[in-house]
Order: sequence, then structure tokens, then C-alpha cells
Amino acid sequence: MPAPPPGAIDCDLHPAVPNLKALLPYLDDHWRDMVVQRGVHELDSISYPNNAPVTARQDWKPATGKAGVDLDRVRAEALDGFRTDLAICNCLYGVQLLYTEDMAYAFARAVNDWMAAEWLDKEPRLRASIVVPPQNPDYAAAEIDRLAGDKRFVQVLMLVMDEMPLGRRRYWPIYRAAERHGLPIGIHAGSSYRNPVTSVGWPTYYAEDSAAQAQAFQSTLSSLIMEGVFAEFPDLKVVLLESGFAWLPAHLWRLGKFWRGLRMETPWVDRHPMEIAKDHVRLTIQPRDAPPSPEDFERLMTHFDSDEMLLFSTDYPHWQFDGDDALPAGLSPALAEKICRTNPLATYPRLKEIVA
Amino acid sequence: MTVETIQNPGAAIAAGQKLAIADCDIHPSPKSVEKEVFPYLEKRWQDHYNTYGLLLRQPYQNGPAYPKGQPDAARRDAYPPNGGRPGSDLAFMQTHHLDRYNIQLGILNPLRSGQGLQNPDFAAAYCKAVNDWQIAEWTSKEPRLKGSICIPYEDAALSVQEIERRVGDPNFVQAFMLIRTSEPMGNRRYWPIYEACAKNNIPLAVHAFGFGGSPVTGGGWPSFYIEDMVGHAQSAQNLISSIVLEGVFERWPSLKLIIVEAGFAWAPSLGWRLDRVWRQNRHELPHVKRPPSEYMRQNVWYTTQPFEEPDRRSHLKDTFEWIGWDRLLFATDYPHWDFDDPQRIPLPRADAETRNAFFLQNARDLYGV
Repeated sequence: MPAPPPGAIDCDLHPAVPNLKALLPYLDDHWRDMVVQRGVHELDSISYPNNAPVTARQDWKPATGKAGVDLDRVRAEALDGFRTDLAICNCLYGVQLLYTEDMAYAFARAVNDWMAAEWLDKEPRLRASIVVPPQNPDYAAAEIDRLAGDKRFVQVLMLVMDEMPLGRRRYWPIYRAAERHGLPIGIHAGSSYRNPVTSVGWPTYYAEDSAAQAQAFQSTLSSLIMEGVFAEFPDLKVVLLESGFAWLPAHLWRLGKFWRGLRMETPWVDRHPMEIAKDHVRLTIQPRDAPPSPEDFERLMTHFDSDEMLLFSTDYPHWQFDGDDALPAGLSPALAEKICRTNPLATYPRLKEIVA
Repeated sequence: MTVETIQNPGAAIAAGQKLAIADCDIHPSPKSVEKEVFPYLEKRWQDHYNTYGLLLRQPYQNGPAYPKGQPDAARRDAYPPNGGRPGSDLAFMQTHHLDRYNIQLGILNPLRSGQGLQNPDFAAAYCKAVNDWQIAEWTSKEPRLKGSICIPYEDAALSVQEIERRVGDPNFVQAFMLIRTSEPMGNRRYWPIYEACAKNNIPLAVHAFGFGGSPVTGGGWPSFYIEDMVGHAQSAQNLISSIVLEGVFERWPSLKLIIVEAGFAWAPSLGWRLDRVWRQNRHELPHVKRPPSEYMRQNVWYTTQPFEEPDRRSHLKDTFEWIGWDRLLFATDYPHWDFDDPQRIPLPRADAETRNAFFLQNARDLYGV
């Protein structure tokens, strides 16, 4: 089964905060005291139960503790393992889930400083996303401004489900700051769990939460386009992370059909949503919610009407595939090269500067 | 018109050869609730209606959460010449819609039927009245039309009573729910409904909209009507995920589920994703014996309005083949503004028999009429 060509750029890698203690050196005095005095618990999201199958591939899982905490293993398994040139770290420690915005801001700063010191300083192949507190978009914008000078931060990270749909204008200070610094907005699977993960209430099984991420990405894309985010921020790119991708064409057909009938409601949407998405939206290739047969996969690829939208990712250490089978069968070598290298370089201008 | 016909082989069949059509989503309305529904409603509930109105889990007393694209969400030409709401005049519907498109079978899906009312007893009484009204004003007068058993689905016991009241009644061909339930549809609280449908061989249709009270996206309330409308597709995917992963089709393998007015092109990617998630979480789901896409292929149908419109019709052909032509049911959504005209939908190319199945026979086979 297909492995990526050498020199690929992995757009979704998950180094994990081993525990809250690891962040203490990066918190200010007040919050360091609070962690101890109040007995703050680990900020591990229910999106990835620590022992759930998806959270860590068996052969990437340590005997004890979390996967993705050991730099040497990340080097061997994720970087050398797939012969990647660069990998973008998306830390999923649950700071977006906190209810106190000051606390979320403090922990976001700590996670980012921890990322720079413990990962980026030690491994030149790593890049990272800036974790921001969506609880307060002004704080989020300030955090982007604080770190944007460090070119190893190549993206801003948000979760697909928050208090409001992400296109809402409440969030625009984040997009304004990101655009100003040439940083794409990476939107990762997950939720702050302010709302039920489905539009019809809380599910019974973890598998439903996992499945519902695809619907959340669909509605989030509707929101970003219809609110006019891409009209207001014409240089902004959005990367959907761990989103799946097979749903995209059908969703845009439907959004486009209704747009034709309801254009008067959102006059700033001046092009078919498919055209907007082709210019502004990228998706990572894990998980591969695509047809199993290579023939059907090829047909699905034609529905995108673009070879620029997909980006290579391993989603390490999440279990999305076995062995080195990181690419879908049915991908032509030319398209594989685009997905693994050309498209990431085009999406993340900061990678290009440094790679060249 | 000539150009349209050349572009669309479906149109040539429908117009030129008078292809018979089944329309699986027609929305009738009472001319007046007091005149047409009250006769079937106990005095107590008439008083309740006059005092409190229809209280749903949504903000406004009257009208939808999001203003529609047209008044009453209706086609401008669908207002009966003798007055009343669009869809409230049988004689006008016969000439304006049924005769015009040679509709041999039309499925009535009443929308303000009491479903989703906060008070479950009122919901049950109102649904029963709307069902009686469908017989009195529609199906008893027009044999091409068949009714839907509106059930107060948030209360399964009361729903089962209503289903059993209508068993064997040829006026009805399906039980009827709305997509946005208060909990995911696979939840056990709804299981008696599925048991009753399966036992009595009554297909269960689930139509867009509903009043479950949850935000219409997992990330909260959107701003625009278009997001609400497109969002029915996400709600439908959520409900199929729930009903498959809760093992409903394993428990009632003969249950027939019809997704109405929520699109269909999303179904293949949902199946692929659910199959992945199922493989990843097998030990959480011992009651789901087969890959989810197999249950979808066996137990789920989709009405096609609003018809997805990719730039290239060949893309939709892939989609039809992935879903299965036998799973797709033509619908117009008459009299609503986003009506699909059978002569104008960009139907993928297919032989005459397949087209006939799509426009008529699939529905006849499913409903047994």
C-alpha cells in the first residue's frame, strides 16, 4: 500500500502535553499557584479518550502514559518513519474547553511556549500551530501577535466546534490577526463541548462523536463562507485538520444550490461556494473517509475539480492507518507529489521561506 | 425549451411520453385550523390552542426561527385563486401540480402537525387530528394522494398508539417524524416507534426541520436561513449515524427509513466514514454486526428534492451509483419555493427502466401501492 514519497510535509502531527506538571514552568506565578492550590485536573478532552483506539496506534503507544510525548519516538516513527522533511505540530491539550477566558489565555500561552522550548528548539524538522483561546478573540489575536515573529509558528489552531459557528463575526479579530501575519487558520476536529456534538443532541457512543466531526466541519464551512469571512479576509486560508475530505464536494453542491436560491441573504458571497473553497480551503488526508476501491477513489477525486485542496498528514500518533499506508490507493504519482509537497508549500508560506 | 430537452433526457421522457411520477414530498395545509382541524380535536385542546398556540422549542410564537426565502416558504404561483395558504386547496393542487406533471402517487407530509410541541399530550392530540384531517380533506377525495401518520415522536408510547390506530388504513403509507429530534434518533427512548413500524411493515419517513431544541450545528446557532436549510443534511447524517450505531437496524432488520428533503449526495461519504469509525471502535459496538454502509444500503431511502446540482452531471452519476438508484425517490416539495421540477432536474443519464424506477417504481415498491 502507498507510502508518501520522500520529502513529504506532514500537516497534522500531535505532540502531547504529558501532564499539567510539564506546563508549570511556562505558567505565570498566579496560574502556577492556582494549579497547585485548586488541584486543577488534566485538560484532556473527551474528544480523544486516552485509551480509545483512535487516540494512539498500538505500535506508537508507550507501555505507560500518553502517546506523542517522547521526541525520540516522534523522530523515529513520524519523521524518519515517513521520510518527512517537515511536520506541523498541532497540540490538542484542551485549553479551548476552559470556561474562564483568563485561564484559557494563560494556558494557551503556556502550551505555545512549551511547544517552542520542548519541541521546536530541539528538532529542526518541526513547525507548530499557535494555540489560541477562542473564549476571547481579543486575547487570541494578542497571542497571535506575540508569537508571529517566530517563523516556526506557521498556523493558528482552533477546534471545529466552539460556542458559536466559527464564521460568526465574534471570531473575526482572530482571522484579522492571522491574515495580517500570513498564517492560515487550522481548524481541527474536536469541540469545546458548549453544545451537543450533533444537531440532534448528545450521542450514546464515542463512535458517534467521532463520526459527527465530519458534519461539524460541513456546518463550519457553511458558516465561514456565508458569514463572509473570505470576502472580508481575501488572503486568508483555512486548513481543515482531521476532518475527512470525501464529504466536501457533495456539501458544496448543496450549499451552492441553496446559495443560488438565497443569494439575497448573503450578498457578500459573490461566487459559488465551490469556487470560494477552491481558493481558500484545504483539507488534510487523514482520516481517509473515502471509498475503499482505487477506482471509486479516482472518481471521487474528479469531484473536487481541483488538485490543490488536499494536504498530506499522518495524524500521528492517532490510529488512522496501519504500517506506512499513509496515502490512499488510487492516487496518481503526480497527485501524490502535489498533496505531499506542492500543496503544503503553497498553503503555508512560512514553510516555503525556510525550506528553500 | 428545446435546449432544456436536449440537455435533459429525463425531460424528454416526462414531457414527451407523459412519464408517470411519484412525488414523495407534498405539503398540504389546512385552509383554517379552526375549520379543518378543530373538528378532530377535543374541546380541551381547542381551548389550549386558542390560549397558548403551538409552543415549540423555538423562540417565536408564529413563524420559523429563520425568516424563509419566500413568504410561507412558498412558490409565488402556488397560492390558490380562491384564497388560502399554498397547498390548502385540493382542486387547485390537482390542476396546478398533480395533473400537470402526471403525478400518479403523491405522498402528503403535513408540517404543522403538532410534532415537536412542548406538551406531549397536546402533541398527541394534535397529530391525531391532523391525521384525521388528511383523510377527510385529502386522501378520501383524491386517490392519487396518500397520507403520513404524524406521530408525537418525543413520546414513544403515545406515538405507538397513533401508529396502531392507523394500521391497515389505506389512507396512510408511512409514519412521519421530523429530523431534529430532542435526542439522536437511535436513542432507546424512540425504539417503541421502530418496533411498531417494523411489526406493522410501515415505512418511517423523517423530514427536514424539527424542534428538538439543540443548536442546529454542533458548534452552536448559525446566523442565516441558508445555514439552517443546508444544515438538514448534517442533521440527517447525525440521525443515520445514531440509528445505525445504536443497532436499530440490527434489531429491526425490516425497518424502512426514508430521509425526506435533506439531500442525498452526502450519503456515500457518510457510509465510508461510518465504516471507518465502526472498524476503529468495534469493541464499543458489539451490537453492530456489519459495516454501517451495509445497513444504509439495505434500510435507508432518500427523497431527492432539493436535488444536488454539481457542474458536471457525470459526478452525480457516480453518486447515484454509490447510493443505489433503487434507493432514490423523486420528490418536488410542492408548494415550497425550492420545488424541483421533474422536467428540469439534472438527472444522470440512465436507461428508460431506471428512469421509470426513479420517478415512480421505487416509490411503488417501497410503499406497496
